Amino acid sequence: MSNFDFSTTLGNAFFNTPIFTASGCASSGKELAQFFPLNEIGAVVTKSVMNKPRYGRPTPRMSETPSGMLNSIGLQGPGIDAFLAKDIPWLVEQKSRVIVSIAGETVEEYATLARKVRSVAGISALEVNISCPNVENRGLVFACDLDASRRVIDGVRRTIGGEIPIIAKLSPDVTNLPAIAQGVVEAGADALALINTVLGMVINLDSMRPHLGGKTGGLSGPAIRPIAVRAIYQVHAALPQVPILGMGGVSSGRDALELILAGASGVSVGTASFGNPHAVIEIQRELQELLIAKGFPSVKSAIGYAHRKESE
Amino acid sequence: MTDINRSASHLNATVLSNKRVGQYYQIVLGIGDLVKSCRPGNFVAIKVGGESSKMILRRAFAISRVSESVSFGGTMELIVAPHGSGSKWLCAQMEGSEVDIVAPLGTAFGIPTQPVNALLVGGGYGSAPLFGLAEVLKVRGCKVDMLLGASTGGKIYAPMEGKRSVNSLKIYTEDGSMGETGRVTEPILNLVAEKQIDVIYSCGPMGMLRAISEITSGTDVVHQCAVEEAMACGIGICMTCVLPVKDEAGQISMLRSCVDGPVMDGSQVQWHLVGQVPEVAP
Repeated sequence: MSNFDFSTTLGNAFFNTPIFTASGCASSGKELAQFFPLNEIGAVVTKSVMNKPRYGRPTPRMSETPSGMLNSIGLQGPGIDAFLAKDIPWLVEQKSRVIVSIAGETVEEYATLARKVRSVAGISALEVNISCPNVENRGLVFACDLDASRRVIDGVRRTIGGEIPIIAKLSPDVTNLPAIAQGVVEAGADALALINTVLGMVINLDSMRPHLGGKTGGLSGPAIRPIAVRAIYQVHAALPQVPILGMGGVSSGRDALELILAGASGVSVGTASFGNPHAVIEIQRELQELLIAKGFPSVKSAIGYAHRKESE
Repeated sequence: MTDINRSASHLNATVLSNKRVGQYYQIVLGIGDLVKSCRPGNFVAIKVGGESSKMILRRAFAISRVSESVSFGGTMELIVAPHGSGSKWLCAQMEGSEVDIVAPLGTAFGIPTQPVNALLVGGGYGSAPLFGLAEVLKVRGCKVDMLLGASTGGKIYAPMEGKRSVNSLKIYTEDGSMGETGRVTEPILNLVAEKQIDVIYSCGPMGMLRAISEITSGTDVVHQCAVEEAMACGIGICMTCVLPVKDEAGQISMLRSCVDGPVMDGSQVQWHLVGQVPEVAP
């Protein structure tokens, strides 16, 4: 137990544990701080922030589905300047590791955001969310298009230099995910975040119209976990050297281990926090117990273990 | 530090009693010392469906009242309408079973420091938290009048013991099956015009809250309303339960009804923009 190594890395960023919050599921940390100390988990991944303040999409923004939920928030947020001025100093004060998630409407907006993030101390990594499904124009989901994905990551890479790792967050709603993963890695991504929510819809039987104000929404929760496991497994098989921050329906230590075995170096807990404010810290404890019980000396020794040859 | 969720605890509570009252269930939970943190207007988020449930989200319920007794310790009372699968599950929990709760959450009704004339307006089971509020207001020396409304008499929640904590209680039903026939908002216009009330506390459907806000608009009457929006988390992290609210400077923000509410200033909620996105960028 005492020799067990729970640490992990994403590019050149080191984390004491492999369990993180998921962007959009922990705001900027303040709300969860009542339930557990934020510095006890691997990192807080903040809600994707855009350059300007944003209202987001109209309500209703939520619909529960079997073992999951659809959300249609539409990146409501304070804008990058207010976020960096208020939220980051607070997280740094908590001695929390921070991964900042950014989202933009244009290649230039991503580069601007990256430049602003670069100027602030205390940030361990940058998540570039190119796969938010809740934007007015599906054409803006960069991660559904190989060239658009590459252009965004290339622009961020040129701005950020090598100080902090760039994590490209991809969508599972594509035909050839390994090809897009390969493209963003070539463009300069140090790591990949897999997966964002899956595009879905619920029709309200009273109004007999789409229930969500934004009509479509992102499906999350245990319902999508097998999609996440598949996506991580596929991409790790194609790009075994590229670290993956895995997420998608993780609600127990067992689920987190499944993503790690598929090839994730770290695991984000998202929707589970909505149902259980202690989810992140409980899953972290369960994962550690499970890894030790299975005889792994470290997290690193379990990453991608499901890919080993028949004879091993 | 931060103030968000600062009173909230996550714990298992025992169902001490569960009784059917008309179309609702009165559920009493043993919560121990947590009662000391609960204020009228606060809500509780309850995990539903048991361990292997496909329902992954908590359900939010207004806390009807809390009390402390020698035999049961601290208790929390909820009035639940068995509408959907989550509330039906809760209403089916037997005495002695344990439920996973997060409470107290959200803002509370502001209690005046001076005795005032208060009007409490409840729609349907929205009346539940108003009886606990009435007790607190009476202790402060306020005159407490209550108006309850529903579509039909079976949906009125007005317990006998609750009636003792108000100076007057009038009931309105749309079908005339109990009390006066009509909407609960109808008498408010005159009461406001005659300057008989200082503060209105309301809890019920959004249409009712909006109608009261329109009546009090431009008057000196303060309107504190407990709003109801679909929530996924109840603790401020999901951003689904937002409402457009204007601050003193005229700036409209999409505020979370779980942490910036449920009790809001009715004059600041932009009722006409609910379900829309304000046009000008914030």
